[in-house]
Amino acid sequence: MVVLVQIAPPDFDRMFGALADHTRRDIVRRAIDSEEGIAELASHYPMSFAAVQKHVAVLERAGLVTKQRIGRRKVVRTNVEGLRVTRRLLDQYEEMWRGRIDRMTQLVNEYTRETDR
Amino acid sequence: MTVTAVRKDPQALSLTLEAEFDASPERVWQLWSDPRQLERWWGPPTYPATFTKHELEPGGRVEYHMTGPEGDQPHAYWEVQEVHPPNSLVVRDGFANEDGSPDTEMPTNEIQVTIEDAGAGRTRMSIVSIFPSTEAMEQVLGLGMEEGLTLAVGQIDEILAENA
Repeated sequence: MVVLVQIAPPDFDRMFGALADHTRRDIVRRAIDSEEGIAELASHYPMSFAAVQKHVAVLERAGLVTKQRIGRRKVVRTNVEGLRVTRRLLDQYEEMWRGRIDRMTQLVNEYTRETDR
Repeated sequence: MTVTAVRKDPQALSLTLEAEFDASPERVWQLWSDPRQLERWWGPPTYPATFTKHELEPGGRVEYHMTGPEGDQPHAYWEVQEVHPPNSLVVRDGFANEDGSPDTEMPTNEIQVTIEDAGAGRTRMSIVSIFPSTEAMEQVLGLGMEEGLTLAVGQIDEILAENA
């Protein structure tokens, strides 16, 4: 385990779990530039207000959307930075393994040189 | 270039890396089976790993800690699931408390290692790292997964591109 990733796993799971559902992904996409409340969002989907509310709550816990107050309304907005973090985590994980494999290669080559002698 | 392929599969929440070495499978296996060699590659130079227990047998435990530049020492462990020297190893890597007991608050990550002869004195190693199961996530989220994690990462890219 590497410390870079260590702080992140719980959020990582939440984020990926939250994005596993197409309605939630659609909400995330919509909420990037719209200013809709839950009732307005719910009108786009063939499901109840409560179901949409639940989806938004999952996204909110994952840090992917926030509810903001605009005047008297509460609107759902996508946390674009949160999305970037998710993407970066997988990339970081790849980097970590690339580093490990580089060190493995060095070690193997060192050994080979020694036995050649 | 040693790393020959990288696949990120958001559906299986996995990352696969393939690498080739100019060495025999036995030699590559030692990188995992000898704790002193393991210490030389597991952690980055800024966070070297120290393996204090190394039972590479099914049901065995491997315990290690890493030492950071500030002297911080995160502890972790592997729960060994499968061992077939020199060809395969499956471990569950998790965070531990200071006494080495698993930190159950933290998710674990399964690592599958496959080592095979690639001919001409070369060896191919593949590492599959799988993040907690969707079942585990369902429990965490208290929700059913309608369609797994299909395209999640690709869609994130898409969303970000649209927003750029």
